[in-house]
Amino acid sequence: MTDSLAYAHDDAGAPPSRFPDYRSTVLRSPSLPLVRIPQTLTEVTGPAGCWDRLMGSALADLTTQHEGAPLGQRIIVTGHVLDEARRPVPHTVIEIWQANAAGRYIHGKDQWDAPLDPHFTGAGRVVTDGEGRYRFVTIRPGAYPWGNHRNAWRPAHIHLSLLGPAYATRLVTQLYFPDDPLIEIDPIANAVPMPYRDRLVCRFDIGITEPNWALGYRFDIVLKGRDATPLEEEA
Amino acid sequence: MSDLESRNPASRADNQDAALFGQTPSQTVGPFFHYGLPWKGGADLIGKSDMGARPELFPEDHYVLNLSSPTGTPTGEAIEIAGRVLDGAGEAVPDAMIEIWQANAAGRYASPDDARDEVAPDPHFVGFGRASTGEDGVYRFRTIRPGRVPGPGNSLQAPHIALSVFGRGVLKRLATRLYFSDGEGNDFDPVLGLVPEERRDTLIATRRADGSWWLDIILSGEGETVFFDL
Repeated sequence: MTDSLAYAHDDAGAPPSRFPDYRSTVLRSPSLPLVRIPQTLTEVTGPAGCWDRLMGSALADLTTQHEGAPLGQRIIVTGHVLDEARRPVPHTVIEIWQANAAGRYIHGKDQWDAPLDPHFTGAGRVVTDGEGRYRFVTIRPGAYPWGNHRNAWRPAHIHLSLLGPAYATRLVTQLYFPDDPLIEIDPIANAVPMPYRDRLVCRFDIGITEPNWALGYRFDIVLKGRDATPLEEEA
Repeated sequence: MSDLESRNPASRADNQDAALFGQTPSQTVGPFFHYGLPWKGGADLIGKSDMGARPELFPEDHYVLNLSSPTGTPTGEAIEIAGRVLDGAGEAVPDAMIEIWQANAAGRYASPDDARDEVAPDPHFVGFGRASTGEDGVYRFRTIRPGRVPGPGNSLQAPHIALSVFGRGVLKRLATRLYFSDGEGNDFDPVLGLVPEERRDTLIATRRADGSWWLDIILSGEGETVFFDL
């Protein structure tokens, strides 16, 4: 283990676990300080090269999972998975899930009265290529109301889940869309302080957009990188 | 006017802003992750079952997740680990998701970053699993009891399983560990030793009459589980 380096801690953009404006966090976040531990072999390792076996084969196009085409605006979401030194993270799995164009999830506990789309599930997964690139085709999800407070609405978003190279790099996050006024008043997005909240807003890109077919958005995901502190010095 | 085809709107403060480059901030999984993350068999690291998934929460023709596909039986002692996820009011959390990461029976991680030659990998054991909690807040995994792995310096860690906790109301992954009440080396474990003595029990699973290992995860309040800052 002498040549292993530890992964970085949270940077300034990380949300706190407890953010009372997002009410559910109050009873579901630690009240005591986290216990700092050194990164051992457990924390700096993670599954690799087994994604098909673990997660199944890739599902990069969420618009062709059923017999017909889903309703809504077809979009392309693409970018790189990088570490903090801007090095690509190749061959790592990204899982996504989202609501349909009306803002309704294909989930029995989503009771909002917006239409379900029989042609849209809203779940996909891909593995990044050798340069850390990924690409999904989906439809733009809608905003939807939720019960946090009266007249609470979530901005349109896509959930993303990444494992990265190690237990220490695990990340679940949400992608938001440009110029959505709901981001500014959403308690979940607001748990991330400015200016770092804007890291979660994808960019429209005419270069990704395909003529007569789909709008394109770019979104890079940056995982914790290995810093200069060897594991043993942290112990 | 050929540039019309490639003209982009003015750039703004967003994901692509170089001045903002840094870790992508964490967000909650929310309550509706079940059709997107926990696949059938995700919580069964040994055999072929549906453990881990909640397919009853969405229509069957919208199940697009994986099915477990074991390649063979891993070596070692088969165990079941389970427990309740509870909130700060003592209520069960029915929309949590637990992931595990662990070494095989010999104490080797199935990871390129565990390159030790002297400990054998197990071709049939990945060591990663995912389980959603049920309506009763219970998570459950079938796995292999892990061997010991090295700790800092020349230390050896007691057998343990790394846990990640996600859920509605959980803005960032909560990291903790499961140890075994009869685990060799618990008294000298380099990580347990950093935990205040009166809180160590929150990380130590106990054996039930049916042979399963039980560990409740208490997110907040009395008996709160120790969570780590890695």
